[in-house]
Amino acid sequence: MSQVHYLTTPLTDEDIMNLKAGDIVYLSGTIFTARDAAHKRLVDLIENKEELPFQLDGAVIYFVGPTPPKPGEPIGSAGPTTSYRMDSYSPTLIKHGLKGMIGKGKRNQAVKDACKEYKAVYFGATGGAGALLGKLIKEAKVIAYEELGPEAIRMLKVENFPVTVINDAYGRDLYEEGRKQYEVKD
Amino acid sequence: MREIAYDDIVKAVKNMVIHTATNLPEDALKKLKEAHEKEKSPVARKVLEQLLENAEIARTEKRPLCQDTGLAVYFVKVGQDVHVTGGTLTDAINKGTEEGYIEGYLRASTCDCFTRANLKDVIGYNLPAVIHYDIVEGDKIEIEYAAKGGGSENVSRARVLAPAQGPQGVIDFVKEVISEAGPNPCPPIIVGVGIGGTFEKAAISSKYALFREAGKPNPDPAVAEFEKELLYELNKLGIGAMGMGGTETVLAVHVEKNPCHIASLPVSVNVQCHSSRHNHVTL
Repeated sequence: MSQVHYLTTPLTDEDIMNLKAGDIVYLSGTIFTARDAAHKRLVDLIENKEELPFQLDGAVIYFVGPTPPKPGEPIGSAGPTTSYRMDSYSPTLIKHGLKGMIGKGKRNQAVKDACKEYKAVYFGATGGAGALLGKLIKEAKVIAYEELGPEAIRMLKVENFPVTVINDAYGRDLYEEGRKQYEVKD
Repeated sequence: MREIAYDDIVKAVKNMVIHTATNLPEDALKKLKEAHEKEKSPVARKVLEQLLENAEIARTEKRPLCQDTGLAVYFVKVGQDVHVTGGTLTDAINKGTEEGYIEGYLRASTCDCFTRANLKDVIGYNLPAVIHYDIVEGDKIEIEYAAKGGGSENVSRARVLAPAQGPQGVIDFVKEVISEAGPNPCPPIIVGVGIGGTFEKAAISSKYALFREAGKPNPDPAVAEFEKELLYELNKLGIGAMGMGGTETVLAVHVEKNPCHIASLPVSVNVQCHSSRHNHVTL
């Protein structure tokens, strides 16, 4: 049966081990945005043993490229983007302390294995709910790669940001389990 | 010859672009509500609730429904007794697109396909638009528009089947595409299927199928029956809203059929996410 958790970042190993595929989590605190281009740069920095623009230990990365904010607002619409484009980069970040990723859509086996080996989870947020999710972001600040526009790294402050555990640190996958339950075989 | 001014086209397109980004059309909203009523999975029902709430927030607070405000795609029917003054029709549509995306605080999502550099300062903000033309009788210009997101385009596929594979081959191919797509295109989805024609005709037909009012059957009863069969087959996959498992994966299947070469059976599947933002204006 799915459980509801209220968690504040940074996440600890204990937080992670309490989460199971299908659980609902309301996240608060600081999270960081990054898409393909920013991921590539982060992994390059790690490989060159250079300093990252934010502390990766316990961090949560949100795969999102928001719309421009209207005057007086911190951010525009901000729902998740499809995660598989980050699959080739995520295991390196997880190995270096990343605890959570928020996106939508399937991850590959290497990401699932890294979640299991280094205690991390992949959260799904509701794709196409950008207006609703953007409202839950209280502050946003570009902290690196401003020239990437929507793909720049932003530091976000969120309050009770609703996500669902898709891949947990036990190797379970909600997409596979949920689908099996409702699939009608001929 | 009736004359239509370039500036009037720019303005009409701009207003349509801004309105569509924050107002989910009635047909899509109705389909989402139906799915919410029918869905058996509590997890998927919760997702559908979020989507209905999102549509309400977007409409009342004028926030874009989704951060992926799409590439602008148009199907334009140009009456042959119309003359555009002060510039070309293509330029006017592009200009209206650019102004709408800037003034509506929408995202510039076009980039160079190799360098991936954003083209907003090179070609224009979220330009170029993708425009398909048809010349028709009359003295009007009808512009149909969709803001087409990337996630659902990424799972779309085309294949040329052997004629012997027939309608069952088409069903198998569409099932394969939607099954493989799983959670990625933001289900519940609308599936556009273009059958026949040439390779590119099938693809364009599958795109145009998505411009139809959601759930409105093809006027050809045999094709309408085929749509029903596909809808039933696809919902058996169990993918559900956002792929978390459920009974309501596909809101509607729209099939467009074309005559084709005796040697081929082209099929194209174009997927539309639940945020089916489309609109039209006649000038």
